[in-house]
Amino acid sequence: MTRALELAGAVRAGDRLAVDIVEEHLAVVAAQEPELHACNLVTGDSARAAAAAIDGAIARGDDPGPLAGVPIVLKDNLCTRGVPTTCSSRILEGWCPPYTATVVERVLGAGAIPIAKTNLDEFAMGSSTENSAFGPTRNPHDLSRVPGGSSGGSAAAVAAGYAPLGLGSDTGGSIRQPAALCGVVGVKPTYGSVSRYGLVAFASSLDQIGPFATTVADAALLLDVIAGHDPADSTSIPDAREAVLPVVEHGVEGLSVGIVEELTDAEGIQPEIVAAVEQAALALEKAGATVDRVSVPSAVFGLSAYYLIAPAEASSNLARYDGVRYGLRVDGDDVATMNARTRDAGFGTEVKRRIMLGTYALSAGYYDAYYGQAQRVRTLIIRDFARAYEHFDVLLSPTSPTVAFEIGAKTADPLAMYLSDICTIPTNLAGHPGMSVPYGSGVGGLPIGVQVLAPALGEPVMFRTARVLEASVA
Amino acid sequence: MSTDTTTGVVTDYEPVMGLEVHVELATATKMFCGCANEFGAEPNTHVCPVCLGLPGSLPVLNAQAVELVLRFAEAVHLRVPAHSIFARKNYFYPDMPKDYQISQYAEPITIDGWIEIDGARIGIERAHLEEDTGKTIHVGGGGRIHEANYSLVDYNRAGVPLMEIVSRPDIRSAEQARAYVSELRAVLQAIGASDVKFEEGSMRVDANVSVRPRGSSELGVKVEVKNMNSLRSLGRAIDHEVERQIAVLGTGERVVQETRHWDEADGRTHSMRTKEGSSDYRYFPEPDLVPVAPTDEMRERVRSSMPELPAARRARLATAWGITELDARILVATPGLADYAEAAEVALHAGTAKDVVNWCVGDVLAYLNETGLSPEVLPLAPDGLAELVGLVADATLSRNQAKDVLGECLREPKRPKQVVAERGLAQVSDVGELRAVVDTVLAENPALVDEYRAADGPERDKKLNALMGLAMRATRGQGNPQLLKRLIQERLDP
Repeated sequence: MTRALELAGAVRAGDRLAVDIVEEHLAVVAAQEPELHACNLVTGDSARAAAAAIDGAIARGDDPGPLAGVPIVLKDNLCTRGVPTTCSSRILEGWCPPYTATVVERVLGAGAIPIAKTNLDEFAMGSSTENSAFGPTRNPHDLSRVPGGSSGGSAAAVAAGYAPLGLGSDTGGSIRQPAALCGVVGVKPTYGSVSRYGLVAFASSLDQIGPFATTVADAALLLDVIAGHDPADSTSIPDAREAVLPVVEHGVEGLSVGIVEELTDAEGIQPEIVAAVEQAALALEKAGATVDRVSVPSAVFGLSAYYLIAPAEASSNLARYDGVRYGLRVDGDDVATMNARTRDAGFGTEVKRRIMLGTYALSAGYYDAYYGQAQRVRTLIIRDFARAYEHFDVLLSPTSPTVAFEIGAKTADPLAMYLSDICTIPTNLAGHPGMSVPYGSGVGGLPIGVQVLAPALGEPVMFRTARVLEASVA
Repeated sequence: MSTDTTTGVVTDYEPVMGLEVHVELATATKMFCGCANEFGAEPNTHVCPVCLGLPGSLPVLNAQAVELVLRFAEAVHLRVPAHSIFARKNYFYPDMPKDYQISQYAEPITIDGWIEIDGARIGIERAHLEEDTGKTIHVGGGGRIHEANYSLVDYNRAGVPLMEIVSRPDIRSAEQARAYVSELRAVLQAIGASDVKFEEGSMRVDANVSVRPRGSSELGVKVEVKNMNSLRSLGRAIDHEVERQIAVLGTGERVVQETRHWDEADGRTHSMRTKEGSSDYRYFPEPDLVPVAPTDEMRERVRSSMPELPAARRARLATAWGITELDARILVATPGLADYAEAAEVALHAGTAKDVVNWCVGDVLAYLNETGLSPEVLPLAPDGLAELVGLVADATLSRNQAKDVLGECLREPKRPKQVVAERGLAQVSDVGELRAVVDTVLAENPALVDEYRAADGPERDKKLNALMGLAMRATRGQGNPQLLKRLIQERLDP
């Protein structure tokens, strides 16, 4: 597949027509979608119309922007005015948002062409995209396996060539883990650097929207388009950020890289994946970085803290789906019965499980023991990372403990499923950026991802490192 | 309360209460979005994704709401911590778009102040920010949710900024509670924080009422009383609740901790919900908002723009105008009335400030109470009242005539001089003309004249008044009463 940078360049130069590009990609979708089920909705008509508009602009001599004519897929928890947004949940069936997410506004403003809303674990809760009310997405590398989750639809779509770019959301690894399992680049930006306005919330203090791409440079291109202050999101960082694309080729000469012991030596991490991280470290050393091992002791508690904080916020964020105003309603004799029946019918098992967990963790008698304790762990993790970043510019670890697993392998065991995010979660708790870069393959030729982590707003150095890794396996 | 004289039972209990006052802040827009904060619009016309809590929407804090709370803090000695945080208060209710309310819990924006009421200090524990909910209207079944055919929801009010002012349990009587709320209203009005209208719900009061044996330092079991929608019902509800609790204790029972609803019609409180334990709102810090840290500039701007507060204003007016403490209190406590009086006083050509105040706390106030209007919207502007005072002072109008003229000017946009001209009302003070009237009246009523001469003391005054009345009628009410009286007396007591 052609990269986004090349496509946009060709369109802006007048060498290629956006309508042709869109048709080619829609043809890929048509051929693969029956098997993959990466999309909840293919927006072919509006994509064709948008492409024609881009071509018209080029013909008039206007510049549609850095993503001119580049197809993009959007996770189906991002709002677009007038386009159904489901979060892969029955409870939102029929709901069309009357507004467009800031990130979607920004990619549209840069000339990108959304061609599909992609499948996800219901409300972004899961690590395999099996928790979708509309059926699972399959991994394009092996149709019997999961694409990872929760942004499995976007990861699979980009890996399968539906579009060179995709947007996902990452609350505990939901961009990076499926990126690793599908063999693409996935980025979780610094919390607050990308507006959450229009992202249907799962856990507000952890959620962050980020890019999928087939190359590090494409991911940088997309991140530079979507990042930046948004007055509609109070948690949006007001200060100007440094653009990533201009520095992505700057190399790692003189950088110091730390391999996070707790996230690499942990039990259950497949040996090929540990080997991939070691190889990645060697490649960086060769490129002029110094590499050492570093301990982030509290990282091992990340999973436990996350599974209290994220469900707690989710229980509150998902309270609004009560059958009163929009989406599904199952009638009852009184308000409470109507609420209960609607929520019982509208939410899947995993969502209900997390709502119950979160409600319990926040309840008066248990708040301190669970939610309060988890927040203290979160503070510890932030401190431990801060200490690590005193000595290291970037950190390395596996992205996922395993390569893509069989569909159904972990659905009966929620805890086993939760372990899929053990390496990615600490970064969300700290608010720092992280990304996954494809780095070789493991059992059955399935993709392996290596995770690069950086301190808050450390995207430039993170992308430079990722680009060196990418070049070393090319 | 000491011994109840009708029953002889010793009821030596002391009421203890604290009030929670909710005030809708007079901001241009809602608390977390740009929708208009306006009362009385068509249902669901002031709504957007944010105040409807639509999926993906996010709140952004209204800086004006913060500033109004800081003004209040400045007025009642509240401290403003370096930063405060918002929390989510989770509960399901059809008029709550997100099914949680954004409020402040653990770290409120202001803490620990006080306000002086008749020499006593009432502590204010905190005043914090939160958002208002929407409104449900239950159709059918007498408007009660359980019997309704269906319910309608209006979200215009959802997201309107509220300030909740929580007093310490320092209040000891219904009278003091009323004075406290009245003073809060005057302060809030003065600083422009709210229009404090009970009838529009922009001010709502809940009372936590308990009683304890006099002299005890422990607090009794408290009952939360809701739904008082005027100062009068606040006082009645508290008095009733205190009596009810004393009666319960008098029979050896215990007061149940619960929420009770004040029923204005039957003058009683009724149990709303007896909570099995307390509600669990599962408060936690609102992750969609960052902490509020008022800047030094903002605080300085607030400090330097504080208006005169009610206590100072009462003292100033009482001294400068020579009016009573009570009149000053009424003037300042009635929203807009003191401004009205001061503007009228400035416009005076004849008469005194005291005359202005008498009209203001008399006929004008009565008219405001009767119509629910505020002084700013009266057809008679302050300079019109000054004109009226002048007409009395220069004897163009008698007080009674002036009363009629004022009534007309309050109802329609007319100037007093215009009414006088239209109705030919000018007072007759021509001695010759009036003497002729007196002569005619005395000649036509010889019996009354004889009775007057025969009487003395109060009986004599009565007869004089009767003759005065006849003479006034003969002048169609336009005779100068002082002059008429003097002329009658001159004729009868030579």
